[in-house]
Amino acid sequence: MLIRPKEGILDPQGKAVERALPALGFEGIEQVRVGRMVELEADDPERLGELCEKLLANPLIEDYEIERLDGAA
Amino acid sequence: MRWGVLQFPGSCDERDALHACERTGAEARLVWHEERDLEGVDAVVIPGGFSYGDYLRAGAIARFSPAMEAVAEFATAGGPVLGICNGFQVLCEAGLLPGALLLNESLRFVCRQLDLIAVDGPETGHIDTFEARRPTLSIPAKHGEGRYFAAEEVLDALEAKGQIAYCYAPGQNPNGSARDIAGIRNEAGNVVGLMPHPEHAVDPLTGSTDGLRVFEAVAAAGVPA
Repeated sequence: MLIRPKEGILDPQGKAVERALPALGFEGIEQVRVGRMVELEADDPERLGELCEKLLANPLIEDYEIERLDGAA
Repeated sequence: MRWGVLQFPGSCDERDALHACERTGAEARLVWHEERDLEGVDAVVIPGGFSYGDYLRAGAIARFSPAMEAVAEFATAGGPVLGICNGFQVLCEAGLLPGALLLNESLRFVCRQLDLIAVDGPETGHIDTFEARRPTLSIPAKHGEGRYFAAEEVLDALEAKGQIAYCYAPGQNPNGSARDIAGIRNEAGNVVGLMPHPEHAVDPLTGSTDGLRVFEAVAAAGVPA
């Protein structure tokens, strides 16, 4: 699951990272947003959306995407 | 009058909250997070700290505890509930209060004494828009994730229904909260959450006893069970 701040919500972590980049010589990078990734193994992948809604993401402030890697070890 | 003060692994202000409740002349006891029974409790405090290590999001895991399930029922029945700091985050995560608390705009942990403006609740039928008539409370705040956020239409509804309970005094918003909101109440008025810490302002020795008024206001706001 990829969980990130919703568009339009101020992300001060992203801003801080963005401000640090020019000092390291990285120019022309904008709109940095910091989210998080959750990896898990699930017997019933159909319920992962519900899992994101109820716990892993807060739908008021975060968007999520689910990526399935079938048969992953 | 007897308060129950919830205690999660990672709570750190429950002792001060107990002391504050007792200073209002009430009795108080701790309620361990695995307890489901609020028998004999007339009002509840969800104290500050870092429940369950603040893992995932602050308050996200605490809301699934047996004690919080009991508090949700208690709140729905009209029982008075006060969530302080991490407790406010728990109440928002549990859906007992609208909105969410995000990282401070400054990215810095804030720890300082602040002036709060207490705003009348729905029980008085109006919000006094004349600031000089509103009581100001001197109460400390200490948090890293206290920026109150809700959608614009939710903020409008909170204002219209008298659900904004505490505002930071002009120029003192420490975290970038929407509309200077420091604390809100639910529509019925019996569930109140705020980021600053009234339990740390109950003794003249530490500079202010204004925090007692927050406990008294919440105790008075609940519908007697």
